[in-house]
Amino acid sequence: MASASEADFRTRLQDWLPKLVLAPSVAVTLFFVYGFILFTVVLSFTSSKMLPSWDFIGFSNYVRLFSLPHWHVALKNIAIFATLYIVICTAIGLMLAIFLDQKIRGEGVLRPIYLYPMALSFIVTGTAWKWFLDPGIGLENVMQQWGWESFSFTWIKSNTMAIYTIVIAAVWQSSGFVMAMFLAGLRGIDNEILKAAQIDGASNWQLYRRIVIPLLRPAFLSAFVILAHLAIKSYDLVIALTGGGPGRATEMPATFMYSYTFTRKEMGVGASSAVIMLMTIAAIMIPYLYSELKEKKE
Amino acid sequence: MSVASQDTAVSTGRITRMLIYLILLLFALFYLLPLYVMGVNSVKPLSEITGGNMMALPQEWTLDPWRSAWSTAQIGVQATGLKPYFLTSILMVVPAVVISTMIGAINGYILTKWRFKGDTIIFGLMLFSCFIPFQIVLIPMARVLGILGLAGSVPGLILVHVVYGLGFSTLYFRNYYAAFPTELVRAAQIDGAGFFRIFWRIMLPVSGPITVVCVIWQFTNIWNDFLFGASFGGTTQPMTVALNNLVQSSTGVKEYNVHFAAAILAAIPTLIVYIVAGRYFVRGLMAGSVKG
Repeated sequence: MASASEADFRTRLQDWLPKLVLAPSVAVTLFFVYGFILFTVVLSFTSSKMLPSWDFIGFSNYVRLFSLPHWHVALKNIAIFATLYIVICTAIGLMLAIFLDQKIRGEGVLRPIYLYPMALSFIVTGTAWKWFLDPGIGLENVMQQWGWESFSFTWIKSNTMAIYTIVIAAVWQSSGFVMAMFLAGLRGIDNEILKAAQIDGASNWQLYRRIVIPLLRPAFLSAFVILAHLAIKSYDLVIALTGGGPGRATEMPATFMYSYTFTRKEMGVGASSAVIMLMTIAAIMIPYLYSELKEKKE
Repeated sequence: MSVASQDTAVSTGRITRMLIYLILLLFALFYLLPLYVMGVNSVKPLSEITGGNMMALPQEWTLDPWRSAWSTAQIGVQATGLKPYFLTSILMVVPAVVISTMIGAINGYILTKWRFKGDTIIFGLMLFSCFIPFQIVLIPMARVLGILGLAGSVPGLILVHVVYGLGFSTLYFRNYYAAFPTELVRAAQIDGAGFFRIFWRIMLPVSGPITVVCVIWQFTNIWNDFLFGASFGGTTQPMTVALNNLVQSSTGVKEYNVHFAAAILAAIPTLIVYIVAGRYFVRGLMAGSVKG
């Protein structure tokens, strides 16, 4: 009966093998993602300064966080940045997609031009725009040399306007991608629906407003989720473009977390700011991912 | 993206069409502008930038900024140019991409063809890990790398990128394999093929397209990463960190032409990937957003 039990062993091994092979990935995810999240959450309730300490102080870090002017600046900036970034990217993306969808000659040339910025690092984007927007050598200088003597564009040096230069560079980088998402959505719409509406006498404007745009709902949702989480995570672009300045005028939660944790050695406060960032993203991503996964099951 | 174009039924008048073309062209200029600025000013002597017009073509063409950016520019404390950092980036990116893609492939295979109770939860946990703000893991990661003796080393960076790249690579392969008929796998099983043999003989041969997508995505993301490189690189920094150090350096004259050449050098690998395999690049972006 040795062969029978051997066969039995082999089938049991085959049953276990997949789980065994998957186990390291699960372990790594549980440790490096969820374990680390837990670690940072716990840390945010301690008086950690330069190094982690396990002296619990309740919500003090959060109270202190929300009393810090820097954090208020960061929150205000992320609100301005995220809103404009999402709205402008969506508007430009939708417009370009609809226009490109009009049997445009040269679509094959235009599409890659719109999209290539997405392949670049934010540091490269930041470098290019930093010097292009620099009043001394960039746009302002160019316009003045071209004869528009009174032209002035000093946003990047201004406490109140610098945040908008980050919006410009970020929109430049991501709007082509949003265009691609909408274009894919448009190409997926059944032409017969549009033809039927046209026979019923709908104008182009009505066609898009009443039929096409409502049908693009999934693309809007995906674009929103992707852009929102990119906005909250944005760190590289700020560092490269303004370095958080002038002064701390373009501070964002991501730069705040980094400087409080590693430069100012206030690890507890840094950890609590990271927790706030995570919770904001989770509030957007979890319902989205949940509905996506549920749909797939059915 | 389905390029197989299904033309819209919408018809437009001549003036409208002209306007559409005009707007499309203007946006093309907007997207090309920074590339033009970088390119043109990277082959000018510095005096033509500080004393001239950024949009003008060079009066005197020179490749000195490129040479300087590559081998002599002052980065941090040393005048090494970007060369060593480029090498670090390559040494970091290649293993990280290969490892995360291989693990992602086998994970996707298990999660679709060897389903078990709770597999959706596991996938959900891995999926969410793609979107976390990495600030939440910086502090413990620094500790763990220190304990492992991997802080400030290329293997340390590889580990970080594999760990946080797994979610996406698993997502790609899972979605791709989900469309593959499970009956074929069951039939092979009845014929006595085991777990690895099915993966090797049946799944891998059809995985070409998704592997390209996954490799491109991981390559672009890891090459372009700044946060992990700046946090854990120590003295072995990747390209992006070196570029930033060069540009932000507050000592000496700002050599804008060298900065632009350096920026292009940092962009070239991902740009080449985009030019060669743009179609797959777009598909990768889309798969990351539309988990269809």
